[in-house]
Amino acid sequence: MRSLLVLAISCAPALAGDLDGDALRRLVHQDCGSCHGLTLKGGLGPGLTADMLAHYDRDGLASVILQGVPGTPMPPWAPLMSDEEARWIADYLLTGENE
Amino acid sequence: MRPLILTFAALAFAGTAAMSETVATGDLGLVIERASGSVLLIDQSDRAALARIEGLGDLSHASLVYSPDERFAYVFGRDGGLTKVDITERRIAGRVVQAGNAIGGAISDDGALVAVSNYEPGGVRIFDAETLDMVADIPTGSKTIGLADAPGRRFVFSLWDAGETWIADLSGDDPDITKITGIGQNPYDALMTGNGRTYIAGLFGEDGLTALDLWAETPEPIQVLPGYGRGEAPLPVYKMPHLEGWASTGAEFVLPAVGRHEVLWVDARDFTETGRTATYGRPVFAMARPDGRQVWVNFAHPLNDTIQVIDTVTKQVVHEFKPGPAVLHMEFTPRGNEVWISVRDAGKIMIYDTRTFEKRGEIEAESPSGIFFTARAHRTGL
Repeated sequence: MRSLLVLAISCAPALAGDLDGDALRRLVHQDCGSCHGLTLKGGLGPGLTADMLAHYDRDGLASVILQGVPGTPMPPWAPLMSDEEARWIADYLLTGENE
Repeated sequence: MRPLILTFAALAFAGTAAMSETVATGDLGLVIERASGSVLLIDQSDRAALARIEGLGDLSHASLVYSPDERFAYVFGRDGGLTKVDITERRIAGRVVQAGNAIGGAISDDGALVAVSNYEPGGVRIFDAETLDMVADIPTGSKTIGLADAPGRRFVFSLWDAGETWIADLSGDDPDITKITGIGQNPYDALMTGNGRTYIAGLFGEDGLTALDLWAETPEPIQVLPGYGRGEAPLPVYKMPHLEGWASTGAEFVLPAVGRHEVLWVDARDFTETGRTATYGRPVFAMARPDGRQVWVNFAHPLNDTIQVIDTVTKQVVHEFKPGPAVLHMEFTPRGNEVWISVRDAGKIMIYDTRTFEKRGEIEAESPSGIFFTARAHRTGL
């Protein structure tokens, strides 16, 4: 996750072409997976399969990732990732590419 | 001399046969390989991996317990799989998928029953340790966490949604359930002390923890460190702390704070605060070396490449180092001379001397997480 960290720390808005898909995919499965399950079928947090997220559009889901869900364990990820990275993850989840 | 020679030959043969069938398990252990659904059999004395056993399903956040004879491990997978692994024959001896989504388990003091805690459906299911047949189903209507064994064929667990702790007594024909309400908002994990007396649930929904004295006739919730954040807004929690690897120094508990860069020291007798130690990041595990002299702490993403060692006499950090990316778990050898550390993104188990902090060895493993030595078989609450 070094590249992601550097991006976050530098707060440089990443261009789409600069995104490290492998690192983001790893983040989703390994770190989001702590709560949502390695296969994203759920855990303490809800499942993140495309079916279960069908009521979100990309920007809405990206905003949940960045801001978290107050009153739940879902933390805001804005301190650790850019808007572009959140949108990449939202796309990744909504297209069901992970399943 | 012929009869004597024959006798010698027969003895030698019998000896060889017996030796080839004997597998000592006291210095063995298993490592969860979370991404590949396998466990790695490891040997403490040789600092080596002996075998990989595959086919255990989704092992993210998996844990395991051992049978009293240290032959079988019961592995609790995220996907609801309960797998019985024979470590002497290095194979799966049984497997059931008992729920949709599970979070850990426990084995009864007599080794006869294995309990699994479930998110989906919520509740606890209890299985015959030999056959894996279900012997009891205890629905709770809630995500169920913090399952631990207690003496007397009992299991204790907490309800994330309802803020209750239940004690299931399996010593009779039917489970006898005691429900304790008012534990607090969103208990997320719990620990059982080694003597089976004290159960402490950590709360996510409020600052504090709740203890139960299981020696009491009717255990009542005891508030521990209520409002320890003193109104400061907690930091985002990117990984929940774990209490199962709780630390006790004898006189004190050392507990990871939620959403704060500190560990909390609590008097083991009256649960009052005895100190705080500022840490590098948000702690995930705070684990005492078996002698209680040191507490080793690892941290949540994105600071999860670092470990700090705290001296329990001075409560000061005495050592800090970076084993590698994504340190997920630590396991001490039973006498505490070494600590084995899983470094997920390096694909390695790293082995350190706990006195000199020198590295003693490393073992290749696929995305390793939990490390479990067979000595756990003989400890309550693990």
